[in-house]
Amino acid sequence: MKAFTAETGKCGDCASGCAPKRLTKLGARVRKFDAVAALAGNPNTGKSTIFNALTGLRQHVGNWAGKTVARAEGAFETGGKKFKLIDLPGTYSLLSTSPDEEIARDFLLFGKPDVTVVVGDAMRLERSLHLVLQILEITTRVVFALNLMDEARRARIRIDARQLARDLNVPVVAMAARRGEGVSELLEAVSETARRDFSASARRISYADKELENAVETLAANLRANFGELPNARWIALRLLEGDENIIRAVRANSLGAEKSGSHLTQLALAEAR
Amino acid sequence: MTNENILEQAAALRGALKPNLHDELTAAVYARASDIAARAVHRPEGESEPESGFDQRLDRVLTSRVWGFPLMVLLLTAVLWLTIAGANVPSALLADFLQGTVYNALHGAAQAAGAPRWLEGFLIDGVYLATAWVVSVMLPPMAIFFPLFTLLEDFGYLPRVAFNLDRLFKKFGAHGKQSLTMMMGYGCNAAGVVSTRIIDSPRERLIAIITNNFSVCNGRFPTLILVGTIFIAAAAPPFLAGFIAALSVVAITILGVFFTLLVSAGLSRTVLKGEASNFSLELPPYRPPQIWQTLYRSVIERTLVVLRRAVLMAAPAGAVIWLVSNVYVGGESAAAQIIAFLNPFGVLIGLNGVILLAYLVAIPANEIVVPTILMLTLNLLAPGAAQNGVMIELEDAKIQELLTGVGGWTLLTGVNLMLFSLLHNPCSTTVLTIWQETRSLKWTAVAALLPVALGVAVCLLTATAARLAGWI
Repeated sequence: MKAFTAETGKCGDCASGCAPKRLTKLGARVRKFDAVAALAGNPNTGKSTIFNALTGLRQHVGNWAGKTVARAEGAFETGGKKFKLIDLPGTYSLLSTSPDEEIARDFLLFGKPDVTVVVGDAMRLERSLHLVLQILEITTRVVFALNLMDEARRARIRIDARQLARDLNVPVVAMAARRGEGVSELLEAVSETARRDFSASARRISYADKELENAVETLAANLRANFGELPNARWIALRLLEGDENIIRAVRANSLGAEKSGSHLTQLALAEAR
Repeated sequence: MTNENILEQAAALRGALKPNLHDELTAAVYARASDIAARAVHRPEGESEPESGFDQRLDRVLTSRVWGFPLMVLLLTAVLWLTIAGANVPSALLADFLQGTVYNALHGAAQAAGAPRWLEGFLIDGVYLATAWVVSVMLPPMAIFFPLFTLLEDFGYLPRVAFNLDRLFKKFGAHGKQSLTMMMGYGCNAAGVVSTRIIDSPRERLIAIITNNFSVCNGRFPTLILVGTIFIAAAAPPFLAGFIAALSVVAITILGVFFTLLVSAGLSRTVLKGEASNFSLELPPYRPPQIWQTLYRSVIERTLVVLRRAVLMAAPAGAVIWLVSNVYVGGESAAAQIIAFLNPFGVLIGLNGVILLAYLVAIPANEIVVPTILMLTLNLLAPGAAQNGVMIELEDAKIQELLTGVGGWTLLTGVNLMLFSLLHNPCSTTVLTIWQETRSLKWTAVAALLPVALGVAVCLLTATAARLAGWI
């Protein structure tokens, strides 16, 4: 992946005249924005550090899991676009249902962020991937920020980010956020992903159980027929098969499909989650 | 097909599927993740475990059943001792400057400008003096305590403390995660209450909310440190003074943990009955703290934020104190009447009317308890002293002189003030947060009043014991 430097704000070898990637930290000024970015990830992987690096806010950073419980909001501007950035609670999975996992899940589903940055721990890649894969089932507008590369280097662990990007089919940015490494590359990937017009393209998990696979496909096809091109029809089908109350309610309220129509529901879901 | 049809179809298909659907989904995700990770990660030859040996060895000591608790007490004592020993000189210098030089200059300027006597008193002896006291009493200890505490936190020590306490919490019928929310409470109780969202079970969450107040917060540490220094340490030989002061604050902190467990056990066996749920507590890797960033963060942000809040509260409080001390109703100032009303009860529980009024004034912010006590004592019991510039530059020794000489304080008053500082109602911000989190008037009231009741009971107990033993 090409790196743009934050200092010059210019991309040297790019002929297509792309916008400068200078970062403007907007702190808590989030009233007007062009796009919404969400920050998800396992606890204690440096989400708050990245949040602070992008927004210039000073959310408390501490070395322990479960420190950020409430949703934090900030803003930044890059590539001529103002982003509202939402720091979701750290979770290991979206499959169980503690309140903080529900906040994260409902926001990804109903808030429809333009980009979701999933922060991962290079020392514990496999565990980070559990969450990445689950989020990819909900939205494919994902950037995987592989943080704590400095710790991995110290442990002499090498990670092939290109191989990862190929396997996940989303941009992967290697970072050491505490040292500011990778921030400009992350910005580049975020604005690129926000700009791109997506149709579902990420690799999906398929299930060995034939009956399950068939049930998922049948339901997903019907969901697509009713709600238009859903990026997450298979995921919603699975939740319906599991009998998830929130999702059943959303289907009943007809609030899955059209852009942003679910926003009032997001508010409801978030208010409830609080 | 309508949406309702889809839901019916889903329900029908659900019946035909295996019952362990959830497990199967999880297994599929795990298999895929392991597959991808295996292709991307290259470990050095011969190493397969990512954990470094150092972390494990350190954890074996810090979370050991034998050494875990003594090391916790030792570290806390060391941090507090450094705070107390280090804050002495800058505190005195600040007091000298703010309550001496600046205070006199302000009075001089006011007189030169011909300001009316009441305005001069209101602004300088009320608003300014309260603010200056908050700064000189609180700034130095905070500027030392917060960075030290933050360094420990950055290093990754707090989760180890939580790990040590986890066993205890389970034994007392509370959620192990409560040890984490309790640690948050040491920063700020309101933040601690919000952090209880990580606890899934409503029953255990309520217990964690109600007991969070027993974590001594940032606003209360300076009070404890000051009272520990001027009363408890005064009873010890000088070379031990700082150490004894630190120990007294550690003792109060441990007593707070004790009450957390006691109240948790009481609640989980009576009104909030239930089994303790299990969870696995994560021990993050130790990380070298970023010294400069930590210093900057904790001094500039944490310290100044707390100080700002204290000053914002102290200025109006100073104005109120000056007014109630100078508004006369039937020949006596309003403050004197309130204090006279509260005093019998205060003395009964080993405190006094001034302290109780100070706690009423300080409901918005615990930070201003000591400055309020000092102002009330000065204004009421030594009238004219402030105006004459006597005993305004309050260093530790002079504060003790004022409180024992003029206020009639004893060692018991000091001890009980420390106890009451641990056991009293949460500040108004925390109470509001509790209401927002529980949406229940009943539980908010319990969380607000239970600690006061405990505080009164404990203080009554020590006061009675002291009287029976003939100490006072």
